[in-house]
Amino acid sequence: MKAWTHVKKARDPQRPLPKAFIEGLFEEFTELKGDRLHGDDGAVLGGLGFFQGQPVTIIAITKGKDLEENLLRNFGSPNPEGYRKALRLMKQAEKFHRPVVLFIDTKGAGCALEAEERGQGEAIARCLFESATLQVPMISFITGEGGSGGALALASGDRVYMLEHAIYSILSPEGFSAILYKDAKRAQEASEIMKITAEDLWGLKIIEGIIEEGEDPTEHFSETLGEISSILADFFKEAETQSMEERLQKRYERFRKFGEVYWQPDLT
Amino acid sequence: MSILKKKRNYFSLHTHGVEEEKPSSAKPLIPEGLYLTCPHCNQMIRKEPYLRNFKTCPKCGGYGRLSAKERLDLVLEEGTFKEINSHILGGNPLGFPGYEEKLIAVRNHTGLKEGVLTGYGFLGETKVAIGAMDPGFIMGSMGSAVGEKLASLCEFATFYELPLIIFSASGGARMQEGIMSLMQMSKVSFALKKHHDQGLLYISVPTDPTTGGVTASFASLGDLIIAEPKTLIGFAGRRVIEGTIKKELPKDFQTAEFLLHHGFLDAVVKRESLKSYLERILRLHGGRR
Repeated sequence: MKAWTHVKKARDPQRPLPKAFIEGLFEEFTELKGDRLHGDDGAVLGGLGFFQGQPVTIIAITKGKDLEENLLRNFGSPNPEGYRKALRLMKQAEKFHRPVVLFIDTKGAGCALEAEERGQGEAIARCLFESATLQVPMISFITGEGGSGGALALASGDRVYMLEHAIYSILSPEGFSAILYKDAKRAQEASEIMKITAEDLWGLKIIEGIIEEGEDPTEHFSETLGEISSILADFFKEAETQSMEERLQKRYERFRKFGEVYWQPDLT
Repeated sequence: MSILKKKRNYFSLHTHGVEEEKPSSAKPLIPEGLYLTCPHCNQMIRKEPYLRNFKTCPKCGGYGRLSAKERLDLVLEEGTFKEINSHILGGNPLGFPGYEEKLIAVRNHTGLKEGVLTGYGFLGETKVAIGAMDPGFIMGSMGSAVGEKLASLCEFATFYELPLIIFSASGGARMQEGIMSLMQMSKVSFALKKHHDQGLLYISVPTDPTTGGVTASFASLGDLIIAEPKTLIGFAGRRVIEGTIKKELPKDFQTAEFLLHHGFLDAVVKRESLKSYLERILRLHGGRR
């Protein structure tokens, strides 16, 4: 399947949003708001819930299902307070020894004057920095769009999975073609060489696995939930047998190996 | 106190004695290569004193962008820099058409193998691990090799218990390396966290321009973050934001002064004071090792 088909599916407004995954996977989800510094960011939905009886922290970057919800959620593009809320909830999870489950569906971090004034770069950087040694297990699912650093901020844990039609990229195909071809209209062409589909990223070993979603993601949704549920159960079970040091070392190595470099001594 | 502090002039600014070049309709004959135009005030200036003063314009005081090598020369004691990992080169992880040829062309043009120089040297009496990104190497973009060299530098600094200084300069991610470029943000941030947890000092100096993924990772993670006046530092590009909000942004938007005002810099430090400022900060953290 062509990359552009995945781009369209990942952006389909009918696609199940992180909230649907949260409601389907966890019991007694209880939303927690605010970054304790400036405000509450609607693009980041966070809280607590039970997974098969075990308390977990859940954090999601999410778009809205209609215009009204999108206005509340800033079309899924968090401002710094969104990332700071996410970080606050991660640290809270660490304190209470709860694993963190993260869902991502974002075009990318918000672009606005206010976002820059309040340090968008610093807010994302801090999430990456703290993820390095957050003592509890962290697992991420990219359910729709995984746009750049804004997505990476919530995908720097032990495992990252993608839904079959999700995309994960350095930049939107439109932005990418605007930079490299000086023409945003060549987005479709750009998407084909960017390696942004779940299959491509699995091939590059960026993600641990792909979750099937069938022809119609809405119809297939209960099977999709079932697959995520078994991934979570396995992950938590494995985490119990692992020491914290071992987990953090593996997390470090997971990112340390990324990149293609070689060693070329000077020929003299 | 001043007895204890060795005062040395690392370079002096010549603001006088430069002949005023009056623009004239009859263009004078200018020997090629002796003069250049200041990127800030657009006035014609003599090249030699401009370069000797680390690209500081004698007329308006504006700064030109320094290459990685010039940046290291500015702050380190002469002849003390030892490069590490100079042989690391980036590949073409996405098989991006034309990227390998572009890399070869840029390497030939800049004389650099990749967009960052890393190593160690003495700043004052303190041995430091130091990295400088080059704004001229594919816009100082961060790809696999830049990430690898910086992560290795952090690990080197952690292992030898050295303070770390990184001069970043970046147009953002190396687009041609796609997702691998994105992963470098976490890779370097993780290595910095290990350095941090050892109680070691990291000074981040974003230089003109520092944007995108570099701002959203190691450039924003210093124990101290300082920048030269008018340095461009931001996450999203100015034009991208203007396109999104359909409004014109303030003139000082994303300058060092703007960041200082909003609490994201410890200080704005002039280029001529940068070395002595860094040297003082190192002494305040225990100095010599």
